Amino acid sequence: MWTILSILFMATIRSATPLIFSALGGTFSEKSGVVNIGLDGMMTVGAFSAVLLSYKTGSPWLGLLGAAVAGGLFGLLLAFLSVNFKANQTVVGVAINILAAGLTTFLLVGIWGKPGQTPNVEYFQPWGPFNIFTYIAIALVGISYFVLYKTPFGLRVRAVGEHPAAADTLGIDVYKMRYICVIISGILAGLGGASLSIGSISLFKEGMVAGRGFIALAAMIFGKWHPIGAALACLFFGFADALQTISMTLGLKLPKEFLYALPYILTMLAVSGLIGKAVAPAADGVPYEKGKR
Amino acid sequence: MENRKSELIEEIKKNAKEISYPLIAIIISFIAGGFLIYAFGKSPMVAYKSLIQGSLGDWNKFGETLVVVTPLILTGLSVAFAYKCGLFNIGAEGQFIIGSISAVWAGWAFNGLPPVLHVFLTLAVGAAAGGIWAGIVGWLKAKVGSHEVINSIMMNYIALNVSNYLTMTFLNEEAKAFTHEIAQSAKLWRFAEAFAQFKYSRLNIGIFIALAAALIAYYILNKTVRGYEIRAVGYNPHASEYGGISIAKNIVLTMVISGMFSGLAGAIQIAGVQYRANNLFGFTGYGFDGISVALVGNNHPIGIVLSGLLFGILQKGGSNMQLNGIPKEVVGIIQGIIILFVAANFVRIVFDKIKENRHLKQKTIREGK
Repeated sequence: MWTILSILFMATIRSATPLIFSALGGTFSEKSGVVNIGLDGMMTVGAFSAVLLSYKTGSPWLGLLGAAVAGGLFGLLLAFLSVNFKANQTVVGVAINILAAGLTTFLLVGIWGKPGQTPNVEYFQPWGPFNIFTYIAIALVGISYFVLYKTPFGLRVRAVGEHPAAADTLGIDVYKMRYICVIISGILAGLGGASLSIGSISLFKEGMVAGRGFIALAAMIFGKWHPIGAALACLFFGFADALQTISMTLGLKLPKEFLYALPYILTMLAVSGLIGKAVAPAADGVPYEKGKR
Repeated sequence: MENRKSELIEEIKKNAKEISYPLIAIIISFIAGGFLIYAFGKSPMVAYKSLIQGSLGDWNKFGETLVVVTPLILTGLSVAFAYKCGLFNIGAEGQFIIGSISAVWAGWAFNGLPPVLHVFLTLAVGAAAGGIWAGIVGWLKAKVGSHEVINSIMMNYIALNVSNYLTMTFLNEEAKAFTHEIAQSAKLWRFAEAFAQFKYSRLNIGIFIALAAALIAYYILNKTVRGYEIRAVGYNPHASEYGGISIAKNIVLTMVISGMFSGLAGAIQIAGVQYRANNLFGFTGYGFDGISVALVGNNHPIGIVLSGLLFGILQKGGSNMQLNGIPKEVVGIIQGIIILFVAANFVRIVFDKIKENRHLKQKTIREGK
């Protein structure tokens, strides 16, 4: 029994780690009023760039940096189009996902000459029970909470997401705040992707993110757009995932499809107010136009 | 008479302008894709030639392209229809999947019905299932105000798992990762049965159903009271409600109709192409591509048919590029860039900026004199 519980616990943390990064990323972006459906694509480019840099340099640390930069660049793209061009943020997010999938698989073939997956590269060996990414993720939850709720910067972010016109009147640069938050969001999602590639296995596989960006999005909503809530939701979704992998050993009769679908069902219940109402920042998804009433 | 003529010219000019924006975006994307191909030491000309040859090279290839175009038109219509009511139906994918699996059930369970009736029933069940699936999202939006984008993303994943569960249990073909095959009487008529040119393609009358659906969508939206109400709610919900139009009713109804288009796409895919559903490891992509199709087609039924054709050519021709040593993934990149350009209204904004600058320059020159 004890061993099963400890296996379950470890598997939960492992599945939750990449989700936490991206869910925190989503929180930053949406707190500032930009919907980020592109988390999944940002994770994909992060996972790929991490492997690419680790392959070229032999250092997973540079891989980590590469993932952050690549994710950040995609964040910049989203920020540019949704803040300056006032494009439909959901559509841009969808486009980013398509672009990310296309770009990584294209470069995969272009650089290594064959499709499917990359060769093995240097990666982060586990430190103690977990990988370095897990420790970073836990630290980031605290940092994000502190930044968003205990600093002037965080207050500005929330103001911009709730009522940009009022924030603008008080001299807060709405565009700049949104740019910063969306780029942070990309960086975090990129790191989340890296934790999948150079954090657990030592290579990049086509489609390896497998919709985790959307689960992270769900976790952020289930966690009510709050860093700690989002992290707890990630742990819960990680638990559902872990339960599914060891349900065989436990002799559980639950169909695995039900466990897969559980996070999404719960999220729907949460946004529909059946498990406590989850309310998005008031100006979430609405482009801000200066001088418009 | 003179007036009518100038009015007509004005109208054509306006439409040409509307068409030119996505067209320029498409051309820019192809040029960008060409640079990428060139950067990897391949010839863009060879690549695009094989793209066209692979998709339109002969009747069979053209037929196979249309097989892909069929669901793309329908999911594109699905997304566009919802958009007219101000709703973003990102759940076309889930509605497609639910439509497919329901069609498998109807096509398999009602074995023994007369062919025409059985085909009709199979498609109707698929469309209805898609409609209900989307209707849930619409109902939640109307009833408790939860956002349709979030709910439909969640419903996509739930649909995937429901479909997989049914594939592996009730509808499972013994010891296989797919469902039973549908009955002969539930299958759509294929062109290969009558035309030797289409012998090696799976082209079926589904393409005509899709085209008819485009006409129906156009008719509902532009020629009926219901369509007027839907567009009114999309344009300005508060004003519509003040004018006596029920927002909630129209939202639910729009989502149901929108979902029916996607469900029908899934049903045609089963009854005309696959004949059975597989255990899915990921999304089929038809629903998500519907978003691109609707966007590039400017949410207009005719535009959607054309952009559906474009994306069909990209998908089918892509695999042919692979044979010539050019990674087919470049197609995904081109597709992504097209959508980014169109979504951001890039071409229009840049054009307006240029115009504005020129205007300012002229003004300063004039004033300088």
